[in-house]
Amino acid sequence: MVNLIATAPLGYIKPVSLIGTDLVQIDWAQITSIAPYLGRVADVDRALAKIGLRFPAPNRMASHGDARIAWTGRDQAFMIGADCPDLGDAAAAVDQSDAWARFALSGPAAVDTLAHYVPVDLRLSSLPVGASIRSQLYHVPLCLMRIGADAFEVMVFRSMAHTAWHELEDALRILAARAH
Amino acid sequence: MRIDGRGLIDRAKPISFTFDGKRYQGYKGDTLASALLANGVRVVGRSFKYHRPRGVLTAGFEEPNALVEVVGTTNHTPNVRATGQEIFEGLVARSQNRWPSLRFDILAINDLATPFLGAGFYYKTFMWPRAFWEGLYEPIIRRAAGLGSLSGKHDEGQYEKSYAFCDVLVIGAGPAGIAAALTAARAGADVILCEEKAHIGGRLLGDMPQLDGKSAADWLAEAAAEMATLPNLRVMARTAVTGAYDGGVYSALERVGLHRAPRADLPRECFWRITAAQTILAAGALERPIAFENNDRPGIMLASAVQDYLNIYGVAVGQKVALLANNDGARRVARQLIQAGVEVLGILDTRSDASVVEDCPVFLNARITKTKGRHGLRHISGTHLNGEFSFDCDVLAVSGGWNPMVHLTCHMNGRPKWEASLSAFVPQADAIPNMRAVGACNGDFSTKAAFTQGAGAAAAALGDLGHTPAPFTAPDCEDAPYIITPLWAMETSGGVYARAWLDFANDVTVKDVALSAQEGFVSVEHMKRYTTQGMAPDQGKNSNIGALAVLADSTGKGIPEVGTTTYRAPYAPTSIAAMGAGGRGMGFAPQRFLTSDRLSRDRGAPMIEAGLWYRPSYFPKAGEGDWQTSCNREVGYVRSAVGVADVSTLGKIDIQGKDAAKFLDLVYANTFSTLPVGRVRYGLMLRADGYVLDDGTTARLGENHYLMTTTTAAAGLVMRHLEFVHQAYCADFDLRFISVTEAFAQFAVAGPRARVLVGSMLAAPLGDLPFMGVTTAQISGVAARVFRISFSGEEGYEIAVPTRYGEALMRDLISRAELMGGGLYGMEALNVLRIEKGFITHAEIDGRITAGDLGLGGMVSAKKDCIGKRAAQREGMVHENRQHMVGLRPLQGEAITAGAHIFAQGAALTREQSQGYLSSVGYSPQFHSYLALGFLERGRARHGETVMVVDRLRGINVRAEVCDPMFFDKSGERMRG
Repeated sequence: MVNLIATAPLGYIKPVSLIGTDLVQIDWAQITSIAPYLGRVADVDRALAKIGLRFPAPNRMASHGDARIAWTGRDQAFMIGADCPDLGDAAAAVDQSDAWARFALSGPAAVDTLAHYVPVDLRLSSLPVGASIRSQLYHVPLCLMRIGADAFEVMVFRSMAHTAWHELEDALRILAARAH
Repeated sequence: MRIDGRGLIDRAKPISFTFDGKRYQGYKGDTLASALLANGVRVVGRSFKYHRPRGVLTAGFEEPNALVEVVGTTNHTPNVRATGQEIFEGLVARSQNRWPSLRFDILAINDLATPFLGAGFYYKTFMWPRAFWEGLYEPIIRRAAGLGSLSGKHDEGQYEKSYAFCDVLVIGAGPAGIAAALTAARAGADVILCEEKAHIGGRLLGDMPQLDGKSAADWLAEAAAEMATLPNLRVMARTAVTGAYDGGVYSALERVGLHRAPRADLPRECFWRITAAQTILAAGALERPIAFENNDRPGIMLASAVQDYLNIYGVAVGQKVALLANNDGARRVARQLIQAGVEVLGILDTRSDASVVEDCPVFLNARITKTKGRHGLRHISGTHLNGEFSFDCDVLAVSGGWNPMVHLTCHMNGRPKWEASLSAFVPQADAIPNMRAVGACNGDFSTKAAFTQGAGAAAAALGDLGHTPAPFTAPDCEDAPYIITPLWAMETSGGVYARAWLDFANDVTVKDVALSAQEGFVSVEHMKRYTTQGMAPDQGKNSNIGALAVLADSTGKGIPEVGTTTYRAPYAPTSIAAMGAGGRGMGFAPQRFLTSDRLSRDRGAPMIEAGLWYRPSYFPKAGEGDWQTSCNREVGYVRSAVGVADVSTLGKIDIQGKDAAKFLDLVYANTFSTLPVGRVRYGLMLRADGYVLDDGTTARLGENHYLMTTTTAAAGLVMRHLEFVHQAYCADFDLRFISVTEAFAQFAVAGPRARVLVGSMLAAPLGDLPFMGVTTAQISGVAARVFRISFSGEEGYEIAVPTRYGEALMRDLISRAELMGGGLYGMEALNVLRIEKGFITHAEIDGRITAGDLGLGGMVSAKKDCIGKRAAQREGMVHENRQHMVGLRPLQGEAITAGAHIFAQGAALTREQSQGYLSSVGYSPQFHSYLALGFLERGRARHGETVMVVDRLRGINVRAEVCDPMFFDKSGERMRG
């Protein structure tokens, strides 16, 4: 009898905790890409309203309970942490759950860690809590979501998870060495 | 010699270090230069060309002489400026450009050869005989040239790169910069204040003016304390801003670990990219020397350096000091020396109209005619208004005036303008968008002006940002006018050895510049290259203005007419390692790993890179001596039982929408709107120029739902192409697509027993899935897709599951395949299998291949338009002499290689006679022969012909038969089952 066991992008990996800042692999969650067809955002909004959400503006995200909807590109947002409601023929919905590795980076050195690799103004005035942007983590394509002033979620292609983790850990170690 | 009670060093913290193997002691806060001077070390280096003994000239990063090597655990760094290198416990430094020792240097013989070594010597001398250049001259010159040495090893040091953003970037933390930073930060703006030195203060530290009746040190301590309370102000010490770029972006280099004993993870340097809405340049000014005969002796130093060593480091650089100056300001140095108890023999003022009222003798209209002391100044003599002077002295402090640091204002092709009243160049306003130059770097040399201009510029910047400026009251301080009568060079005694140095670092003299003009190199850019002035590590910071003034004099032009050479980034020497931080070795690019990666490595598979992916090349088994044996075995699995391979790297794109079919018809050369649901079709995509872009299979999952696959290497390229076509050509097509490459792990199962294996996995029977069909299935409760497609010529399936189940599925497939006499196969076997079947891959075509060349011309549908269709019909694209894809089989089965060229039998083996090349080669265990795919002129008409396959690099020259590229199962019976 076949028995398929799921493995996380990095398997089991010990969280990194340095200078009060933590880097943790986030457990699997349902992720669905929602891409409204031409002129159908209002229909998508109606469907999402049932779970207290609406299609986000560029570079923004919103949460309701466990469900989050985050902008991830032109005419595209990811529903994370909940099943996607029935959108009828208003949007293309594609399962992306396994395509991404997700890391939580939080603590006082989170911003400086990201600043090593992400060529984006990370000041709160420019990237407020609730921002969701596409950028790069050094060479790795990135979705970056700001959960709090010092808390981020980092999403990278699953296959590149090792490189991304290594980069973040490396920056944290450098910052820790600098702090001494 | 240290002076008690002076300086900012911490005398409670002694630090020991070595220089040229000898142990010395300094204090925390010392630079290598200040500690060596305190220990009485006068000669610290040898000059570049003449190997003359040289001492410390400056107290800053513009130092041309005191360049040393620092030897550390991971790094061995040449050309470190001793004037900027802070000492730390265990620092090991040594002098450079000398052999066998600093005191006795064999190549000092060059100094005697001066008559032959003037400017242009190389250009004139090594022209003939021509053949000598490569064999004789160049190796000798290369050996003699260059400063310092390299370890010859990789740079194993840790480096760092980072980004920063701010409202106001302030460059330089002297009085102007401090005023600007405090003004902007008090108003609430995000401010970054960069200072190249270790501490804020700029000239306040060395010059020690009274500020509001307080000492400069006390005033600075208060400013630093306030800065620490402003969370929106980031002070970046030891950080040199090195370049100004478009969009308010500045590069900067921070010394993070260079001044500390090494520790794990502590980077040496950090390369910053700072983006600022507004910038205030408060870079200050550099004092300049005056050229006179033998002005390069150790002990002849800039006046401001003598002052810095006294007031910052508590070091009297000499016992008997004289001051040479052409301006009023420098006299303050003499006064402070006297106050500190140092004997000042006299002030040699080059002007005739200056004051003589000082606490030491003042000589007006002074000119130095002679200096003595090869390893350290001993004596100077010369003339003055009322006769001659002659002193025994060990230090001569020189001030030829000040040059504003206009460097950064010129990085966008701005040129500085000449200000006659200062005898100096000052920045053009607005040379860099949103940058304001203030204080000394703007030509205002008084302390008061620095404070008020810094605050004023910050207020203006705040206004532009929409902030209300906070008040800043400049402290009560010196506001003296700058009074100077320029003097660039003094007369020398004549004769070949009478040299007055302009560029200490590259040994360029007044005479060299005059010679350049005499020989017709009158443009400042030509003079620079002819004499090498300004091309040393200091990039002419000490000498550019002096040299062009001498050039102006030699050519009879004015200084503004001569103009400056071009100032380019980086302002400060920048390690390539810092700019490339993190990019060495495996950091060069992201690594992409398959879910089966660990499994493959556990089985000893050597991994090869395909794009960014790592894929197993073969899986060795005990007793198999070489890869070929393993590969042959794996090919055998597929041909006789069943083989399993991870093919997850192929690009996968989910395409949905009511115009999806129409879109695919546009991007593919062949038609997809007619593909039935549940079926898969091979597709060929052309570029806009008509050549082949990529190929792959696309499945129709629903009426408006397709799943496209691309080759591994072209996945990103195809995605970009689709985005471009949709956004640029048919934005009104209603469809959406997204990459699902990473969402699914996909495995090929191929061979006569493939169907049995696949069937054994599924919850429900596979049924009669036809060749080129797709269906959904359940595996252990997991939704899967099964495609019936083949890349090997055997009955083949591909199973896709959500990526998190990839590793588990792979393990299960392998164990089942092994029970059936099959097993894993790697890239080597995969390549052999598809070459036998006549399939070429994207990576093997060079971007100049048409569909017709591949024998796929018929796929370009006549019934519809597609990207590249018209371009593909151009005359040259359909010419009968084009190279066609063919199969090639060596007549005796000999080894042949990809890259070999194809010649007609009997043709001369010249480039012009080459009729094609081999793109893909593998050894086929089935045919007991090497087989190849290649491109041959008119190849399709030449099946059966014997040609020569020649690879000169590998010494291969064999006869081969041209044939159909499909060697195996031409009818396709095995594949269709």
